[in-house]
Amino acid sequence: MSVAANVSAGAHAHDEHHEHKENFITKYIFSTDHKMIGKQFLLTGMLWALIGGFLSVIFRLQLGFPEMKLEWLRPLLGEWIQVDGSLDPEFYLALVTMHGTIMVFFVLTAGLSGTFSNFLIPLQIGARDMASGFMNMLSYWFFFLSSVIMLTSLFIETGPAAGGWVVYPPLSALPQAIQGSGLGMTLWLVAMVFFIVSSLLGGINYIATVINLRTKGMSFSRLPLTIWAFFLTAVIGLLSFPVLFAAALLLVFDRSFGTSFYLSDIYIQGEALPNMGGSPILYQHLFWFLGHPEVYIVLLPALGITSEIIATNSRKPIFGYKAMIISMLGITVLSFVVWAHHMFVSGLNPFLGSIFMFLTLIIAVPSAVKVFNYLTTLWKGNIIFTPAMLFSIGLVSFFISGGLTGIFLGNSAIDIQLHDTYFVVAHFHLVMGSASFFGLMAGVYHWFPKMFGKMMDAKLGYIHFWLTFVGVYMVFFPMHYIGIAGFPRRYYSWSNFEFANSFTDLNMFVSVAAILTFVAQFVFLFNFFWSMYRGKKAPLNPWRSNTLEWTTPLEPVHGNWPGEIPTVYRWPYDYSKPGAEEDFIPQTVPYSQTPESNLPHEQQFVDEEREDAADDVVVANEHKH
Amino acid sequence: MSTTAVLDGPKRKVWGGGNEPLNASYGKLMMWFFLLSDAFTFSALLVAYGMIRFTYPGYAGPAEDFVGSNEYWPVPELVFDAFPFLHGVHIPLGFVGLMTFILILSSVTMVLAVEAGHRNDKDAVVKWMLWTVVGGFAFLGCQAWEWNHFIHGTDTGSTFRFLIDGDWVSQTVKGANLSVNEYGPAAFAQLFFFITGFHGFHVFSGVAFNFLIFYQAAVGKLEQRGHYEMVEKVGLYWHFVDLVWVFVFTFFYLI
Repeated sequence: MSVAANVSAGAHAHDEHHEHKENFITKYIFSTDHKMIGKQFLLTGMLWALIGGFLSVIFRLQLGFPEMKLEWLRPLLGEWIQVDGSLDPEFYLALVTMHGTIMVFFVLTAGLSGTFSNFLIPLQIGARDMASGFMNMLSYWFFFLSSVIMLTSLFIETGPAAGGWVVYPPLSALPQAIQGSGLGMTLWLVAMVFFIVSSLLGGINYIATVINLRTKGMSFSRLPLTIWAFFLTAVIGLLSFPVLFAAALLLVFDRSFGTSFYLSDIYIQGEALPNMGGSPILYQHLFWFLGHPEVYIVLLPALGITSEIIATNSRKPIFGYKAMIISMLGITVLSFVVWAHHMFVSGLNPFLGSIFMFLTLIIAVPSAVKVFNYLTTLWKGNIIFTPAMLFSIGLVSFFISGGLTGIFLGNSAIDIQLHDTYFVVAHFHLVMGSASFFGLMAGVYHWFPKMFGKMMDAKLGYIHFWLTFVGVYMVFFPMHYIGIAGFPRRYYSWSNFEFANSFTDLNMFVSVAAILTFVAQFVFLFNFFWSMYRGKKAPLNPWRSNTLEWTTPLEPVHGNWPGEIPTVYRWPYDYSKPGAEEDFIPQTVPYSQTPESNLPHEQQFVDEEREDAADDVVVANEHKH
Repeated sequence: MSTTAVLDGPKRKVWGGGNEPLNASYGKLMMWFFLLSDAFTFSALLVAYGMIRFTYPGYAGPAEDFVGSNEYWPVPELVFDAFPFLHGVHIPLGFVGLMTFILILSSVTMVLAVEAGHRNDKDAVVKWMLWTVVGGFAFLGCQAWEWNHFIHGTDTGSTFRFLIDGDWVSQTVKGANLSVNEYGPAAFAQLFFFITGFHGFHVFSGVAFNFLIFYQAAVGKLEQRGHYEMVEKVGLYWHFVDLVWVFVFTFFYLI
C-alpha cells in the first residue's frame, strides 16, 4: 500500500507545483483556481440579485399603489419618473423585462450553477482543479463582460430592453415599436451572446472534468448527487443554449440588416413594412427550445444541493439514490421535448398541443419521485436544523406547492384560460424562482465554511430563513387568486378596469410582502460579509459530512489537497450506518476498516479493495524495472 | 441500506475513477462536446430554413420555363448553374459540386495529417496540414466567387410584381441582397446568405486553427511536446465543418 502511495505521489508530482507565488491579480482577479472563480460567480450573482430584486420592488410599488408619487426615485431614475410623479409606462415594461432576464440568467444560472459547479465539482470528485483552469477563467470573464453590457443598458437614454425576458419579435425587432427595442435591445442581444459563450465554456469544462478527473474509486455510482445534478445541468445547457444563440443571431439580422426571418405582414404607425415571409412563431419555437430546458438549468443544481444537505442533516442515507439519478436523467431528457407548452395560445395545432401536454405531464413523475425521496429521507431522521437544512426544506415546500400548479398549467385547455395571468407568475416564481433561490441560499450556508474557513451566524440565518420563507408565500400565494381573477401579466396598471377594484387590497398586500422579503435579504448580506471577516473559525468538517471537500485543509490552496488526492471507497451517504462508531463514514474510509458496519453484500467491496491494492503493487513493481 | 451499484470486473476498472474512461484526453472531450453544441446551433438554423421554406409553394412547372418569382421557391439547380469562365453555359450544381469535392478532399488530407501525427512523422504532418490549409482557402475562394455571382445575378434579371401603397407595381430585379433577389422570395437569399455565411465563418476559423497548428508543427513545437494531439483536435473540428457542409449543401442545393 505504501509503495502504491509513493508511485501515485510521483505521478502527481507535477500537479503539486501549483503553489507558486501569487500576487493580488492572479489570486483574486485573473485566477484559474476553481474555488476563486466560484466565489467570483457568487459575488457577481449576489450583486445581480440585489439589482434584480430592487427592480421588482419598483414595479411592485406601481402595481400595489398605482396612485403613489415616486418623485423620491427621481435621483436614481431621472426622467423615467414622469412630471406628475408616476412611473413611465414604457419603463415599467423595461423593469419587468430586466427583472426576468437578470434573475433567470445572471442570478439563477450564472450565480447558482456557476458558483457551485465551479466550487464543488473538483472538490467533491477529488480533482486538483477543473480540466482547463484557463477556460474556466475565460468563462467568468465572458460572464463579467456580459454583465457590464447588460448593466450599461439599464442606464442608456432609451432604456433597457422592454419586450419581456422572452424578447418576442416583432416587438423586439422593431425599434419604432417601443423605445426599449432600440439600443437597449441591441445591448441585450450582445450581452446574451457573451453570456452563452460563458456558459458554453463553463459547461464543456464541467462535463470533461466530471468524466475524466474523478479520483480513484469515484465511479459514477459513488458521485454525490450534487455532482450528478451539475453534470446534467451542464449537458442541458450545452444542448439548449446554442439554439438561443441561433435565435439571437437571426434576430440581430432582422433588427440590423433588413432580413425578415421573424417578420411578415406588419403595419406600424400607419406604414406597411416591406418584410415578408418570416414567422414570429419560429422565434418562439427556437426560444422555448432553450427557454424550457433553462428552467431545469436553474432548478437541477438547487435540487442536487438539497439532496446533499437533506441527507447530511437528516443523518440518513438519501432515500433512493438511484431513483434520484434516474429521475434527474428523466427530467433532462423530457426538458427537451415539452417546449411548446409555452405556446398553447400561439395558434399551435391543438392536436400538437395535446402531444406536448402529454409529454409535459410526464415530468410530474420524476418530479414527484424526487419529492417523495426528500420526504422519505427526512422521515424519522435525526434532523439537525441548520440554516442550510431549513432552506433545503423550504425548497422542497416550494417545489411541491409550485409544482402542483404546473399540472394545471400543463393542460392546454386550462392554460388557455390562465395563460399570461398572474397565476403563471405565481407558479414559476414558486417552483423555479424561489425554489432555486432557496437552493442557492442553502448552498451558501452549507459551504460557506469551506469557502471562507469561517462559520456563518446561525441565528441570523434562522431569522433570514423565516422572514424569506414566510415572505415568499405571502407574495406568491395571493398571486394565484389574482391570476384566477383574470389579471394579465406585464400590465402597467389596472385602475381603469372595474373588476380590478375588489383586488386592490390584495395587490397592496403582495407589494408590501415583496418589499419586506427584499429587505430581509440584507440580514443575509450582513451575515455573509460579517462572518467572512469576524465569523467563528470553522472546524474541518462542521456538518460531519461524508463528501471529499471536507477532507481538504480548512482553507485549501490551489490544488486542493496538499498531498496525494484521497481515494474513494464508498458512496457518499453512509450516515447512521448500523454498527458504525460514528453516525457518518466519509467516502475515504475503506470497507476493510469498517468490518463492524459492513452489510453482507459489502464483503465483496473488501475483496475488491484487496484486489486493487494488489494491482497497485504490480504496477509499482513494473515501474521499478 | 446502501444501494451503491455494483460494477464488476473490467467495467469497474473503466468507470471507477482515476483514469480516462473514454480513452480520450479532456481536451479531446471538450472538442467533442463543443461540436455537439455547435451541431445544435446549425440544426436550429436548418430548422428555421425548413420552416420558412415550406411556407412557400415550390416551383411546379416544367424546368425549361422556369423564371424567378417571389411567389414560389426556386429550383436550386436552375439557380446555381454558373461556372467560372463558362459564361452562359448551363451546368447545374457543377461549381458547388466542385467546392464540395475540394472540402471533402481537404478532410482526406486532414486524416492523413492525423495519421502522420500518430507516427510522430513531423515532415508528413507539416505536408498534410499545409494541403489542408490550401484546401480550406480554395473552398473559401470558391464560396467568394459563388456569392459574388449570386449577388450580381444573371444578365437579364427577373420581373417581380410588388404591392406598394395599394398598387401592383412591376419591377425588374437583378442579383440578390438581403431585401430582394431575382431568384425567388426574399427569404431565399436571406437564408442563403445567413446559413452559408455562418458556415463560411466556421470554415474560416477552421483554416485559422489549421494554419496555427501547421505553423506549430513546422517550427517543431509539437515535436517538442512529444505528441501531435493538437492535430487531432483541429482535425475533429475540420471534419465537423465538412459534415455540416454536407447538410447545408443538401438543404440549399438538393431539396
